[in-house]
Amino acid sequence: MVEAGRSPNIEIITNARLEALEGKPGQFLAKVHQAPRYINEDLCTACGMCTMYCPRPVVDTYNERLDITRAPHIDYAQAIPSSYYIDAKACLRVNYDTCNLCAQTCTAGAIDFSQKPKKLELNVGAVVLAPGFGKVDDEVLEKFGYGKYPDVLTSFEFERLTCASGPTEGHIVRPSDNKPPKKIAFLQCIGSRDETCGNGYCSSVCCMYAIKEASVAKEHEPDLDISIFFMDVRTMGKGFDEARKRAQEKYGINVIRARVPRVDQVDGKLALTWTTPDGEHHSGIFDMVVLSVGLESPEDAEIISKVADIELNHYDFCKTSVDAPLATTRNGVLVAGAFQGPKDIPESVTQASGAAAIASELLSDARNTETITVTFPEENVELEREEPRIGVFVCHCGVNIAGVVDVKAVRDYAGTLPGVVLYEDTLYSCSQDALKSIAEKIKENRLNRVVISACSPRTHEPLFQETLRSIGLNPALVEMANIRDQCAWVHAQEPEAATEKAKDLVRMAVAKARLLEPLDQPTVDVTPSALILGGGAAGMASALSIADQGFKVILVEKSKELGGNLKRLTWTLDGQDAKKVLKDMVKKVKAHKNIEVLTEANLESISGYVGNFTSTISRKGKTEMVNHGVMIIATGGREYKPKGYAYGESPRVLTQLELEEKLSKGKSFLKNARNVVMIQCVGSRGEDMSHCSRLCCTQAVKNALKLKEVKSDLNIFIFYRDMRTYGFYEDLYRKARKQGIHFIRYTPEKRPEVIKQARGIKVKAFDPILGDDLEIPASLVVLSPGIAPGENEELSKVVKAPLTSDGFFLEAHAKLRPVEVAVDGVYLCGLAHGPKSLEESIAQAKAAAAKAAIPLAKGKVAVAPIVSRVNQDACIGCGICESLCPFNAIRLEKVGKRKKAQTITASCKGCGICASHCPTLAISMGGFTDEAIMAQIHAFSPEGCKEE
Amino acid sequence: MAQENVSMKENDMAQTGFEPRILGFFCHWCCYAAADSAGVSRYQYPPNVRVVRVMCTGRIDTRFILEAFKCGADGVFTGG
Repeated sequence: MVEAGRSPNIEIITNARLEALEGKPGQFLAKVHQAPRYINEDLCTACGMCTMYCPRPVVDTYNERLDITRAPHIDYAQAIPSSYYIDAKACLRVNYDTCNLCAQTCTAGAIDFSQKPKKLELNVGAVVLAPGFGKVDDEVLEKFGYGKYPDVLTSFEFERLTCASGPTEGHIVRPSDNKPPKKIAFLQCIGSRDETCGNGYCSSVCCMYAIKEASVAKEHEPDLDISIFFMDVRTMGKGFDEARKRAQEKYGINVIRARVPRVDQVDGKLALTWTTPDGEHHSGIFDMVVLSVGLESPEDAEIISKVADIELNHYDFCKTSVDAPLATTRNGVLVAGAFQGPKDIPESVTQASGAAAIASELLSDARNTETITVTFPEENVELEREEPRIGVFVCHCGVNIAGVVDVKAVRDYAGTLPGVVLYEDTLYSCSQDALKSIAEKIKENRLNRVVISACSPRTHEPLFQETLRSIGLNPALVEMANIRDQCAWVHAQEPEAATEKAKDLVRMAVAKARLLEPLDQPTVDVTPSALILGGGAAGMASALSIADQGFKVILVEKSKELGGNLKRLTWTLDGQDAKKVLKDMVKKVKAHKNIEVLTEANLESISGYVGNFTSTISRKGKTEMVNHGVMIIATGGREYKPKGYAYGESPRVLTQLELEEKLSKGKSFLKNARNVVMIQCVGSRGEDMSHCSRLCCTQAVKNALKLKEVKSDLNIFIFYRDMRTYGFYEDLYRKARKQGIHFIRYTPEKRPEVIKQARGIKVKAFDPILGDDLEIPASLVVLSPGIAPGENEELSKVVKAPLTSDGFFLEAHAKLRPVEVAVDGVYLCGLAHGPKSLEESIAQAKAAAAKAAIPLAKGKVAVAPIVSRVNQDACIGCGICESLCPFNAIRLEKVGKRKKAQTITASCKGCGICASHCPTLAISMGGFTDEAIMAQIHAFSPEGCKEE
Repeated sequence: MAQENVSMKENDMAQTGFEPRILGFFCHWCCYAAADSAGVSRYQYPPNVRVVRVMCTGRIDTRFILEAFKCGADGVFTGG
């Protein structure tokens, strides 16, 4: 968010709504109504004086009505823009022309009651709709005592209670008596999977967020007793099952499979009754009940649909299709996030990037015609040369750091260190307002070195470097002490030791900061092409997007033809002809002038860096070198090969994909069939593969319905662990149940067995409702084996991109960088990232294309200034560095009569092998000089340690 | 046998209350990143290591290690 706020090419118009959208792709005219905020964003310093003096209390809707604020306020400290606004409905000045206190107290003169509603007319080329989701009606919640019993909360309210900057500063208390609860129940599927309120779909996120909220609560209050009442535990996201397991094992959270019909209050406590799958009735008393509320379509979905002239689906979400998940029914109008269907943050972020890719395809001809480039003020070289004046900022990171480390003690300790002239603590150093204030303080105090004691430089250093640049300081003059990721988070149980460690880390950072030197910021040109590995749906979708954005693509496919797993699919999950989707894609790829397809090809090696990669591709016994600026990994996955269940022993045992292939060829094989048994989680969630494959539940239901369509008198049994037909796929599940398909839950201890008989096969399994074993003679057994990773291990070594424990590629950050890998310039999509549907693969492919196109479109990338530098006066030309450099980035050149080493800056990775081996210490590393590292080592000792 | 030695050592440490001060040189790309990941996953480990981030363990000059011992380190950890 901070990044969006800082970009000169993003204009943020808040308090606004779209009133009309005229025109066509490339030439839209958007009419926007903007309500006044009565505070001038540019002048407001977010000091909070107006809130303090305002006499008019209003409920704090950001804090889910659990707190009170005043008419002028800011929703939360990190809000963008970081400016307050006045709630016009409550303000005395706006409504009665009295008061005006805030305007008198505002020292910045930012309060402006003369503001009027504005009508804006914006000329834009493409439109992305991202209105998010709406709230489930209170009426639905009232059935569960919400509004009647104070200790029945929604999950949104509970989330605010667990938040350090929330109304209770992170303490979980019962609203009725402000006392901490001992027993909490979470009720799932409130306003989801519930036709009585019109929401037949699954909201996809509630199972996981309930587990997260429960885990956070347990971390805060280890003695809490928490039960979550599920219908199915739908933790199908990447790594989610692992988190669920951890929550159950580590925190002892009770998972109860039951739908609680109502909540009653007995003696100030909340009484629940429920029935477990074995038919037994239970009851229990809880101190607090949390309703896991689902995601609705946005309140104004219908208005948006009218204004933007787009169609909605039957649940009032935006209508899209599997092969174009980000396109609305109007050309040039795109959609991203929960308005497209309930989804979590990683998926929303992915879709947002995907929508940006499509917009970029549409607008590629107009690229760079309207962009603004930032200019930074000239560097204050004089100030940089002065004696070090160090400022130390110690971050609370909410409770992330301050919950363990005594931040104030660390701050005060920093003040005792030599060279430190300013030491402060900040709540969130990376928030927009904090960055602004840090910048001001640097200027005020004429600081020329800065230490940020917060999180990891790997994630946040660029942000603080830019802050320095924005006020005329060289970005290399900031040093970070990582007291969150490598201190508070990993020593949660030892606050004192963690505080000591934080002090040591700050001392070492300050010691290094004293010796930091300004560094140049070189840039290098980018080879404007992309190498895409994998010619399946994801690879083709990203290839098409990059090519449509105007860049060359080399698409490498290891097999003889394009298509990947899509070749084996017959119908998409929404019933479209998968073969047609495939054919259309292949045709477009082959016809595109910007795409070169290399089949039967493999990546052998890759060298270089973002913007300038060189890869070796082997093809039909030959190898060729390819230069490219970026790379996308779209190497896919494969259907897991089942073990046991008589697979491979009986022709009657198939996988879901094999069934689809058979079905697509005709129905004759079903002629004498009576019973079909499907078994879920054959490979997934088991010993071989611990992950959930996400799709198999929906795929099984889809194929079961197809079987019913072909032969309606079939008896179909589906043995499952949790039916994970998330989102709108729930409709298929309900349809299947209505058509009489039998769903029987099994536990991993009692897996169904497939038994071969003299004639045919039978399935033996335990039915928890009957409480007894079932034996079903089966005409056909269909296994859902799940999705296994492809040959990722080898590729992971070649590219140096890490894998998850499940063998899929690991993204750089699940929420913030979901389609990037840790290596700059390498992106990720499709099954190589993890199991997902075709629709999700395509959205992700577009997202990867959007990210990959950024360096291509910019044409230049900044080289990190951490490269080596040779002091040629000290160099004796021995050549050790040249022989050791793994990147051929240093070579001997004749200078005068003697040979001297010289760094090739663009190739240098800054590893420093040369520097550590130079016998005359002639090589210095940018940001990691011998002196700086030595200073850190000396500062390691609390008493100090001087070089002799 | 090795296992036994380790546990004996651990016992010794527990009895004497010896808390070693360890200086770590972490490679930015792997060990430092892994240490961050450990934090994200909330793995808990003893608070005895102080970290110097380097861009590669190849950067580590023997002098650094000797200097660390001179400055009172009971151990030096290089991760890369």
